[in-house]
Amino acid sequence: MATLNIQGVTKAFGPTHVLHGINLDVADGEMIVIVGASGCGKSTLLRIVAGLETASTGNVVIAGRNVTALEPAERDVAMVFQNYALYPHMSVFDNMAYGLKIRGLPKDQIAKRVQEAANLLGIGALLERRPRQLSGGQRQRVAMGRAIVREPKLFLFDEPLSNLDAKLRVQMRAEIRRLQKRLGVTSLFVTHDQVEAMTLGDRLVVMHAGHAAQIATPMEIWARPADTYVASFIGSPAMNLFPATLEEGGHAARLDTNGLVLPFHDGPRPGPAGRKLTIGVRPEHLTPGQGGLELQVELVEPLGGESVIHARLEDGTEVTAKLPGSSYSDGRLDVIIPLHTLHVFDGETGKRLEAGG
Amino acid sequence: MRRKVIFGNKLLPYLLLAPQLIVTAIFFFWPAAEAIRYSFLRQDAFGISVMFVGLENFQDLFADERYLQVVWNTIWFSFWVTVLSMGVALLLAVLADRHIRGRDTYRTLLIWPYAIAPAIAAVLYIFLFHPSLGLLGRALNGFGVPWDYRLNGDQAMLVVILAAAWKQVSYNFLFFLAGLQSIPKSVLEAAAIDGASPSRRFWTVIFPLLSPTTFFLLVINITSAVFDTFGIIDALTGGGPGNATQTMIYRAYVDGRVNLDLGSSAAQSVVLMIAVMALTLVQFRFIERRVHY
Ligand SMILES: Nc1ncnc2c1ncn2[C@@H]1O[C@H](COP(=O)(O)OP(=O)(O)OP(=O)(O)O)[C@@H](O)[C@H]1O
Ligand SMILES: [Mg+2]
Repeated sequence: MATLNIQGVTKAFGPTHVLHGINLDVADGEMIVIVGASGCGKSTLLRIVAGLETASTGNVVIAGRNVTALEPAERDVAMVFQNYALYPHMSVFDNMAYGLKIRGLPKDQIAKRVQEAANLLGIGALLERRPRQLSGGQRQRVAMGRAIVREPKLFLFDEPLSNLDAKLRVQMRAEIRRLQKRLGVTSLFVTHDQVEAMTLGDRLVVMHAGHAAQIATPMEIWARPADTYVASFIGSPAMNLFPATLEEGGHAARLDTNGLVLPFHDGPRPGPAGRKLTIGVRPEHLTPGQGGLELQVELVEPLGGESVIHARLEDGTEVTAKLPGSSYSDGRLDVIIPLHTLHVFDGETGKRLEAGG
Repeated sequence: MRRKVIFGNKLLPYLLLAPQLIVTAIFFFWPAAEAIRYSFLRQDAFGISVMFVGLENFQDLFADERYLQVVWNTIWFSFWVTVLSMGVALLLAVLADRHIRGRDTYRTLLIWPYAIAPAIAAVLYIFLFHPSLGLLGRALNGFGVPWDYRLNGDQAMLVVILAAAWKQVSYNFLFFLAGLQSIPKSVLEAAAIDGASPSRRFWTVIFPLLSPTTFFLLVINITSAVFDTFGIIDALTGGGPGNATQTMIYRAYVDGRVNLDLGSSAAQSVVLMIAVMALTLVQFRFIERRVHY
């Protein structure tokens, strides 16, 4: 129903700079997930889009209209809050009808739209109840319903699932995705849960300390993280990162810890010999075998079909591996690093280094 | 979780409750019982003979037109004190809840009047409204408005209402502010996103959510206006001119202490007791039903 453009948005609360210039273009009907650690400015960005907070600089454009100076009411967006923010003194019906009444819709239309949305969400039987008479999951649905009936240009979600238990969270996650696709409403979804981020988003914005560290599809971010922060933030367990130096005219890296030389399979990296690098390997890419890393296993977490192994190298560097099967025990374990799974980052800036660049 | 304490000794719980019970008995039940007893008796002016007169004291009371005037005064006075003090307090609380500069100073200043003794509050109002000494009183007379609350009953009523309301504002303000701050910010933000204007947000979200506080204050304010404003009336107008600012409490005092008509005074106290019980009952039965959410 609408596109969204966030153009160079910065935000400072007094002396604290929270956002340092965010640029994001969202296509019509796209679901964007904003993910990042606590305090990185996700909610602030969302609230700026909603109009609850004013940007220090930069513009917010919804459906081609610059809404930077407009009140929330004039932006035609709907928001689902982490604590649901239902009106405690109104019935479920009135909660959902509130925005429509303000817009002056005729009574019969309001009733029809609320009933439709309620049926869609499976809360049709609860319309007479007050929020305090509902379970957490039901409140969550009412909050969704209140957003849906408005038929807004934009849905904004601020960690709407974080107050639900694990099972319900998975269920609601799928439901939100289904609804969003069906209604085709452009959406911004804030979460700090990376599984939620990976499964929900058409694209992710990984935020780090007020910057958008990377904006790309979930698979792209997983396969080619833009820097070491994104690399360790996305993926579970987190990627192993080893300090290393550039060798052999840029064709290989030597791990600082044990001197293991890892030739690059896709071409040389630029820079003089001895350039500081960080080599990243995902735990699931390590495979048992000789001639790679010699691990001292400290803890095995069996997950059924596979196991997560927490171990150390001789010099104490921590390594995590995710290996098939469950027959692992404390003691020595040899693994190899398949060369095509290497991620190469600059040792100082942490930025990804592509081959041949 | 609430735990039930089991006392081994049957006497101990009563012993622990005793101070509270004794205080209540001595300072409440005993005088109340005395008042009820006296309300059925009549004493001659010298206190020599006492006789039982049944309901005669009450009959005389309600046959007395001046007493009915006093009842009306009380209703009129309490109504306006309550409306004014709660209305102004709510307005001030809404303003103080905003992010304004000097908010803390502003709040502290608003709380001060509550700490002032009624007599001092009265002196303040005399300095404001006295026709020749008072700031406002002089100004009014200067503008050609004939102002003298010592002679004009309506003006006297206005001054005691203002003074009593002013004193009550602080208390109401504190409760309203606390009530406002307990409304989750996100609920108001949700209403803003839903398109509600500030005034609509106030009337459809804030005000209903404040209703438990409002109800509580309503009870407290009416009760205090009826029963707890003796000091300020006494210091400001002494119930005058005539009996224009006499309230039921004030009249009971005058009849008992000044006119030494103990029977009538006791009957008036009983009427007041019944009034406060009725008031509380009505308020809880009918109003509370509508404030729950
Ligand atoms: N009104 C405010 N005044 C001052 N600082 C603020 C204000 N709101 C947010 N901040 C600061 O801005 C930073 C980002 O806050 P924000 O709420 O956007 O984080 P977040 O990414 O949503 O975190 P979380 O995952 O914990 O919700 C935080 O350091 C916070 O302390
Ligand atoms: Mg947040």
